[in-house]
Amino acid sequence: MENEFSIEVRDLTKMFGGFTAVDHISFEVRHGEIFGFLGANGAGKTTAIRMLCGLSLPTSGKAEVAGYDVFRKPEMVKRNIGYMSQKFSLYQDLTVSENIYFYGGIYGLKRKVIFQKTEELLEKLDLKHARNTLIRDIPLGWKQKLAFSVAILHDPQIVFLDEPTGGVDPITRRQFWDLIYEAAKAGVTIFVTTHYMDEAEYCNRISIMVDGRIEALGPPAELKTRFQSQDMDEVFVKLARG
Amino acid sequence: MRTIYFILFKEFRQIFRNKAMLPIIFVMPVIQLIILAYAADFEVKNLKLFWIDKDQSQLSRQLLSKFEGSPYFRLTQADMSREAAETAMERDEVDVVLEVPAGFERDFLAEKKTQIQLTANAIDGVKGGFASAYGQAVIRDFYGDFLEENAARLSWQPPSGGTINIASANWYNPEMDYKTYMVPGVLALLVTMIGAFLSSMNIVREKELGTIEQLNVTPLKKTHFIAGKLIPFWAIAIFELAFGLVIAKILYDIPMLGNLFLLFGLSAVYLLVVLGLGLFISTVTETQQQAMFISWFILVIFIFLSGLFTAIENMPPWAQQLTYINPIRYFIEILRSLLLKGSGWAELQQQFYILLGYAVLINGLAIWRYRKRS
Repeated sequence: MENEFSIEVRDLTKMFGGFTAVDHISFEVRHGEIFGFLGANGAGKTTAIRMLCGLSLPTSGKAEVAGYDVFRKPEMVKRNIGYMSQKFSLYQDLTVSENIYFYGGIYGLKRKVIFQKTEELLEKLDLKHARNTLIRDIPLGWKQKLAFSVAILHDPQIVFLDEPTGGVDPITRRQFWDLIYEAAKAGVTIFVTTHYMDEAEYCNRISIMVDGRIEALGPPAELKTRFQSQDMDEVFVKLARG
Repeated sequence: MRTIYFILFKEFRQIFRNKAMLPIIFVMPVIQLIILAYAADFEVKNLKLFWIDKDQSQLSRQLLSKFEGSPYFRLTQADMSREAAETAMERDEVDVVLEVPAGFERDFLAEKKTQIQLTANAIDGVKGGFASAYGQAVIRDFYGDFLEENAARLSWQPPSGGTINIASANWYNPEMDYKTYMVPGVLALLVTMIGAFLSSMNIVREKELGTIEQLNVTPLKKTHFIAGKLIPFWAIAIFELAFGLVIAKILYDIPMLGNLFLLFGLSAVYLLVVLGLGLFISTVTETQQQAMFISWFILVIFIFLSGLFTAIENMPPWAQQLTYINPIRYFIEILRSLLLKGSGWAELQQQFYILLGYAVLINGLAIWRYRKRS
């Protein structure tokens, strides 16, 4: 790959009428990096992530994801990314294996590959017994792990996770992060938004968004030093309060 | 194209896993065909007759028995008082009042002018018109019989065969069975509702659940998505039409004179219009309630302007003009004339081209409106 960055964003802006949801943000994310995208509710995280995934048209600025311009080549971007949103992306009225089969097919995987990957995935998640269970009948933590695995089924370069661990216990969250580390080790770039500051510590670098702008960007340790804080919580509160 | 297969796989699994779906597919047509075909029967029968006989003669009783012998009238009350008859009519207890004056027989036999008064309740204008026309026909019949029986003693001879007799023949529906006429229309309604409601609700449901976002972030082409969404409901509606035809044949023995392949071919094109409409509605709404409301709003107008319940010829001119933009109108024409008259391609190609144009227009509009990116 000629480019050292997975994601390159310059002055990306999104306006809804007179309201600026995302205000000239700029950053880069390296290949294989776990990049935490933090901010209070309404700070513009979801809007930013939606623009990067080709779901929302930017008002201005420039963004390249997986080497493709999100303005001009949104469909090429989509081929190379995975996406998991806070709303559940799996079909509640399909079984575990049907969901895997469907998404594999949509991304153009061969049937043989889908079946092979299904087995690997069920083995890894310890979900073999639940293969024919409807998604609506399995616990939330399993759904999230499965949704993540389905999002990277087609081996994307980058995966976008929009508050992936909302509403589950710390142990399940920890297990979820094990999956993220494993994917990152395999070279997948992770772009993750979260509300949990302990999760922020797991990231290689984080950015903190306040009112549509990125107010701080760097490794967690560096940010703590810069803002003279004990933990990320304190950094976050200092920034958010202005 | 392969991706369409995967969408079809998903849709069919979801549709048949939905417990409400099988009753909709199998119970709805039976109920609609049974209830609507009977309820929408406009044939006027059993008109309630109030009989005032101030003559109480043999001749007046002959007239009464003529009315009783007619399938259109049923004697419900008899009284000598005009007031009682008017009260009964005001209470909607009777449809027709027939009053025979005193001296009717005497004057009639003396070949003097005599009058019978027939009063019809015209709250329902159509029914009132029929009541008066049927009543006159019975009286004319009575008079004809009288002339025949009493030819010998009359002072004059009625011109032989001179009275004009209008014998009507009802083509394409010889028994004048209203159900034969209604059932094809009810079938049209059925597939229209299945097509428009199910397709619009289905896509909006994905919007509500948020799963559409997950699809929009995949490289799935929007034409593939739309094809994958429409094909299942297209197939279900075609099946529904076949199922409805079988039910109609069993229950009503409706004629099927035309080519059924042509029927299904034309229906397939019509369904593209209906599904396209459902799809378009789903692109402009955000919730299932909105989609339901708008579909219902549009369908009610289309149904009333379709010629199903009210003959288009009876509509005011401006409403007749409006029916030309109504796809249901053309489909009902197709079903009725193909099934009942045996019309073929030559007679129906105009409807075909109109529906085809409609299908291209509405689906084009829907595809244009469907956005993967906001």
